[in-house]
Amino acid sequence: MTGERPSPPARFEPVSDGDLRIAEVPFRTQVNLRLDPGGPAAGDIGRALGVPLPAEPGTYGSADVDVLWLGPDEWLVVGEPGRERELETRLRDAAGTGHVAVTDVSAQRTTLLVAGPKARDLLAHGCALDLHPRVFGPGRCAQTMLARAQVLLVARDGDEFMVLVRPSFAGYLVAWLLDAAAEYVSGQPG
Amino acid sequence: MTRQPFRRDGHRGETLRFRFDGRDYEGYRGDTLAAALLANGVRAVATSVRLGRPRGVFAAWTEEPNALVQIEHPFPEPMLQATTVELYDGLVARGLPGKGRLSGEADPARHDGVYAHCDVLVVGAGPAGLSAALSAAGSGARVVLADDRPVPGGSLPDTAETVDGLPGAEWAAAALAELDGHPEVRVLARTGVLGYYDDNYLVAVERRGERASSRERLWRIRARRVVLATGAHERSVAFAGNDRPGVMLASAARAYVNRYGVLPGRRAVVFTANDSAYAAARDLAAAGVEVAAVVDVRRGGGRSWDGSEVLAGHLVTGVDGPDGVSSVTVSPDPGGGPAGGREIEADLLLVSGGWNPVVHLFGQAGGRLRYDERLGALLPAATRQAVEVAGAARGLSTLGRCLADGAAAGARAAEAAGFRAGRRPAARAEDVAAAPAEHVWLVPAADYRGHFVDLQRDVTVADVMRATGAGLRSVEHVKRYTTAGTAHDQGKTSGLLTSGVVAHLLGVDVAELGTTTFRAPYVPVSFATLAGRDRGALHDPVRVTPLHGWHVARGALFENIGQWKRPRYYPRAGEDMPTAVLRECAAVRRGAGAMDVSTLGKIDLQGPDAAELLDRLYTGMMSTLPVGAIRYGVMCRPDGTVFDDGTVTRLAQDRFLATTTTGNAAAVLDWMEEWLQTEWPSLRVYCTSVTEQWATVALAGPGSRAVLAGLAPGLAVDGASFPFMTWRDARVADIEARVCRISFSGELAYEINVSAWDGLALWEAVQGSGAVTPYGTETMHVLRAEKGYPIVGQDTDGTVTPADLGLGWALSGKKADYVGKRSHARPGDLRPDRKHLVGLLPDDPDRLLPEGAHLVATARLPEPPVPALGHVTSSYRSAALGRTFALALVSGGRERVGERLYVPVGAEQVPVTVTRHVLYDPEGARRDG
Amino acid sequence: MLIPCPWCGPRDEAEFHYGGQAHVAYPADPAALSDAEWARYLFFRDNPKGPFAERWSHAAGCRRWFNVVRDTATNEIHAVYRAGGQRPVSP
Ligand SMILES: [Zn+2]
Repeated sequence: MTGERPSPPARFEPVSDGDLRIAEVPFRTQVNLRLDPGGPAAGDIGRALGVPLPAEPGTYGSADVDVLWLGPDEWLVVGEPGRERELETRLRDAAGTGHVAVTDVSAQRTTLLVAGPKARDLLAHGCALDLHPRVFGPGRCAQTMLARAQVLLVARDGDEFMVLVRPSFAGYLVAWLLDAAAEYVSGQPG
Repeated sequence: MTRQPFRRDGHRGETLRFRFDGRDYEGYRGDTLAAALLANGVRAVATSVRLGRPRGVFAAWTEEPNALVQIEHPFPEPMLQATTVELYDGLVARGLPGKGRLSGEADPARHDGVYAHCDVLVVGAGPAGLSAALSAAGSGARVVLADDRPVPGGSLPDTAETVDGLPGAEWAAAALAELDGHPEVRVLARTGVLGYYDDNYLVAVERRGERASSRERLWRIRARRVVLATGAHERSVAFAGNDRPGVMLASAARAYVNRYGVLPGRRAVVFTANDSAYAAARDLAAAGVEVAAVVDVRRGGGRSWDGSEVLAGHLVTGVDGPDGVSSVTVSPDPGGGPAGGREIEADLLLVSGGWNPVVHLFGQAGGRLRYDERLGALLPAATRQAVEVAGAARGLSTLGRCLADGAAAGARAAEAAGFRAGRRPAARAEDVAAAPAEHVWLVPAADYRGHFVDLQRDVTVADVMRATGAGLRSVEHVKRYTTAGTAHDQGKTSGLLTSGVVAHLLGVDVAELGTTTFRAPYVPVSFATLAGRDRGALHDPVRVTPLHGWHVARGALFENIGQWKRPRYYPRAGEDMPTAVLRECAAVRRGAGAMDVSTLGKIDLQGPDAAELLDRLYTGMMSTLPVGAIRYGVMCRPDGTVFDDGTVTRLAQDRFLATTTTGNAAAVLDWMEEWLQTEWPSLRVYCTSVTEQWATVALAGPGSRAVLAGLAPGLAVDGASFPFMTWRDARVADIEARVCRISFSGELAYEINVSAWDGLALWEAVQGSGAVTPYGTETMHVLRAEKGYPIVGQDTDGTVTPADLGLGWALSGKKADYVGKRSHARPGDLRPDRKHLVGLLPDDPDRLLPEGAHLVATARLPEPPVPALGHVTSSYRSAALGRTFALALVSGGRERVGERLYVPVGAEQVPVTVTRHVLYDPEGARRDG
Repeated sequence: MLIPCPWCGPRDEAEFHYGGQAHVAYPADPAALSDAEWARYLFFRDNPKGPFAERWSHAAGCRRWFNVVRDTATNEIHAVYRAGGQRPVSP
C-alpha cells in the first residue's frame, strides 16, 4: 500500500528539554544483509552502498544510508523512509548470484531518538554498556539490553543516540524512558 | 540550656525534634538516631531477639548489632540500625522488640538504579580511601569514590586526629573539594557498597532521601581496578554481662564524644587488650567523662597514661545493672569469678578486644584471607580480581601509614588501568608508637550463659560450647548450629570472636579454623531498592501487536502468552467468558471469524541449502515442497521430544518462511543458528527474524472465502485455483499481501500477511466487510482442540513425542536422519504404555474437567499410592459438539478408546469416556468450505 | 561475570545463553549407534570442578555461538575461541 501509514508504533508525546530530547523517528527503511565478508559479493555490495561493509564489530559506516555491524556476517542498512524497494533491489543486484540474504525488515524495529547532554545519564539507568564518549562515541553501535528490551543502540554526533527496538516492545521502552527522564527534565527533583 | 543531658558542653547545632518509643526528644542535625538517643540518656534501645534482654547502643556505625529500630514515618521501615539512621526533624521511631515487621502496604517511594563504569573505584572515604582517590584522580583516570557515610573522612571525625596539620575532618573536606574539581571523578556519599561480584562488578546503595528523585539508588559499578579502603571494626570480648546497655566499643564511645558531641556515660571503665582504647579514654576524659579505671589484659599495661588507675593483667568478670551498667567487677587474670573480684561503680564500660580489618568485600570478591597472629586478625591475602586493599583494611593501625598506603594504592590502581599517576605527595600525620596488643577472646568463668559472642543473635559462649560439645569442628558448622554471624550485621563484631572462642574451646589456633564465607549484602538492603523501577507497569515488558489499540477499544480481555498480550475473547454486553467463547466458536464454524495472529514467530531462510537445513530440523520432508506450497512441521529435540511446531512456506527455490509458536519465536531462531553455527557451518543458509515485520490476520470459517474474495478482487479464491496449503501474493483491501491457505480450526481458512505498518488497515478492512466476528485465543483453543491439534507447551511437556500426539504421519521415514529421529527408535519411545493424546467426554455433558486433573481407572480411589494413568491437558465447552470435552495424555490411550476412566475432582470421581483426539469433522470435510 | 564475546568484546553475562559442554559433536550417523551409545550422546556430560570447555551464545548481541574455557569454581575464563575451533592447551 502506498497510502497513509498508521500512527507510529511507539506513539507518545516527545520530550524536548534543554538537556534531553526523546522522540520517535518512525518508518525508516531497514534492510537486513547477511553474507560472507570475505566473499566476492562483499566488495560489490559495499560499492553499491557507497560505503564498505564495516568489518570492525560495533561500528557503522555512512553514505546516503547507514550500514551497521550486527554480527560478523550480518549488517543492517538503514535509510530514509520509503526506500525499501529501492534498497532491496540495489542490494540484490549487487549480490548477483552470490549467497547473500537480503531481507526487508523496515517494520521489524522502530527508532527512538534520545539526545542531549543528559542522554548518556538517562540510558545508563538501563544499559550495562559503558557509554562514555571515549568508549561509545559517534560511529559506534551495539546490540544490547536497555532495561528489559533488546535494542540496537547507535551513537551519533552531538550526544545523539538512536535506539532501535522491536515495535512490540516500544510501548514498554517508551514508558520506561519517560519514567527515567523525569529527573532530568527541568522542574523535577534531582 | 540544652534539654539533652548527655550532650557535651559547647556542642551546638540545628535542633531537630523526634519521637522515640512514644516520647519526644531533641537532637542536632548531623546526629544519628543513636547519638541523639544517647544525648538524651536513653540507654536501653531495643530488646534482644531470642532472650528478650534490654540492649543499648554498642557501636557507632554499620557494625551495630544491638540498636535495631523501626522507622514509622514517612514510611514504616523495619530493622534499621539506630547508629546509621540520620536524624531528621519529625522522625518517629521505636526500638524493636526482637524482630521487625514489614508494612502491609506498598512503599510509595521511588527507588531506582543506574550503571556506572570507571577505571578506579575506591570504596571508603577514610584517610586511605581519600588518599587513594586523590592520587588516582590526578592521573586523569575515571574515578568513583563511594562512601557510606554522610561526610567524608572515615574515622577522622571520630578520632579528631590531625592530617597535614589540619583537623582530620577539615582535611577530608578539602580533599573532597579537590576531587570534585576533577571532571572524571564521581564522589558518591551515603553510598554503601554491599556486593562485590565477578570481574570487578560491585553493587552499592546510595541513600538519597525523600526529597530526591528516588529515595535510594542502586549503583551497578564495573571498575577496571578497585581499591578497598574499608577500614576496621573494633571487636568485643566474651565476658559475663557484655550485652548490658552501657557496654560499648571503645572506638564507638570515642566517636560519640568527638563526632557527635555526646557523652555515652558519666563514669567509665575501659577494658582493653591494646593501646587504641587509651586514646578513647583520653578523649572521653577530655570531654568530661570520669574514667574510673583502665582494665588492661596485658601484664605490662599499655602506653603511658596519666589518667586514672590502670589495672594491668586484669579482666572484667562481671557487669551489674540489668537495664544499664551500674558497676563493673574486675579480677586479676586468671580470675576466680565475680565473687573474688573488685567492684567499680560505673555507668559505661568501654571494650576493645582488638581490631578486625573490614575484609568482607575482599572475601566476597573471592579473595583468600590469612590469620595474622601478631595482629590477631584476618588479613587479605591472594585474589584473582584487580583489587588493592589499603589502610586499616589490610591491618595498618596508624593514621600516617594509612594515608601513605592509600596514596600508593591509588597510584598503582590508576597505572594498572593505563594512566600515569602524578607525583602528588601523600598527606602526613604523626604516628605514635604503640605497645603490642594481646588477643583475648573470652574471660574464663564457671558459667558461660551470659558471655555473648553475637549480640544480635543472642548467641553465648555456652551455645558455642554446646556446638563444639556436639562434635562440630568447623566454624561454618558452628555458625549454622548457633546462628552466630547470620544477622543483619553479618557478624561484623562477632565473626572473628566466634572463631576465637571456638579455637579456645577446641584448643587449636584461630589460623587453623579458617573463617566463614563472606556473602553479599555487606549491609542490609531493601527489596524495594533491588527492584528499583522494575515494578508495576515496568515490572516486565508488555508486548503488543500493531492491532492492540483496536482490541482494547473493542473491549477485548487479554491473555498473557510470554510477554505478549493477546486478545482472549471479545465479550459483548452482558456476556461472560463461556458465553462469548461459545458465540465466537459458533461464528467461525458457521460463518467467518478473524483473529490477530501477528505474534506467531516468523523466520526468513535464504540460501541454496535452506531446504537441507529444514529437512534436518523438522521431522517431515521439506525439500520436496514445491514453490508456492506450505507444509506443517514439527521440530524435536535430539531426545525426540516435541520442541515446536509451525508451518514452512516455500517462497522460492532457495527461500523459505518458517513460522513458530508465539512463545518459541526467539528460541527457534536461536535453535537454527545453533545448529548452523556449531554443527553444520558448511550449510549455505541465513536465517533472519521477520516476526514483527509482518502483521498476520487469520480469517476462518465457511464464509471466509467470500470475505476474501470481496477484499481481494484480483485473487482467484476458488478451491481449484487456490488449494489448501498453498499461498498467493495478492492485494487485499488494496494492501500488498501474502495470503496463505492454512487452517488451525479445521474450517476453510486463510492467513493474510501484510507489512506490520499496514496491519491495522487490513484488520479494519476485514472487520469492515461486515461478515466477520473477531475471536480470541480462547476460541482458537477450543476450535483447534475439537480437531485434536495440540498446542506445544499446553498439551505437551518435556516428555512428549510427536507419536504420542498422534503426529506419527509427520515423521519422515524416507529421511536418513532428522534431529530426534534416532530417539524415536529407542525402546522407551516404542513402549505401548506411553501417554497418548486422546479425547475425553465426561458422562455429564455439562461437566467441565479441570485442566491438570489426573485420570484413574477405578470408580473408587484405592489406597495410596494411586496409579495415575495421565492428566487432562485441555478442557473446554464446545459449541459444535454441544457439550464439554477435554484432551488428555493417557497411558496407552489410543488402545483405551471407548474405555471408562475417572477424574478425581475433590472427593468426587468424575466418569469420562476415552475417545479419539479428533472430535470434530474427523474426515476433514470442512477445510475446503 | 563478564563474558568476552570474540566479536563484541566483554559483555555482561545476562546477554548470553549457556549451551553446555563444548566439543560434543552430533554423531555423524545416529542410526549406526547402539541405544547405549546414543544415550551417552544425549544424556552424559562432564561436570568438573575447574576448567571446563563450554558453549555460549551472545544471544542479546551478535547471536554468535562460541566456546569458552571457564573455571567452574571461580568463573575465571581461561580461553575464548570460535565454534568449531580446537580447545587451546591449558595454561
Ligand atoms: Zn557478540
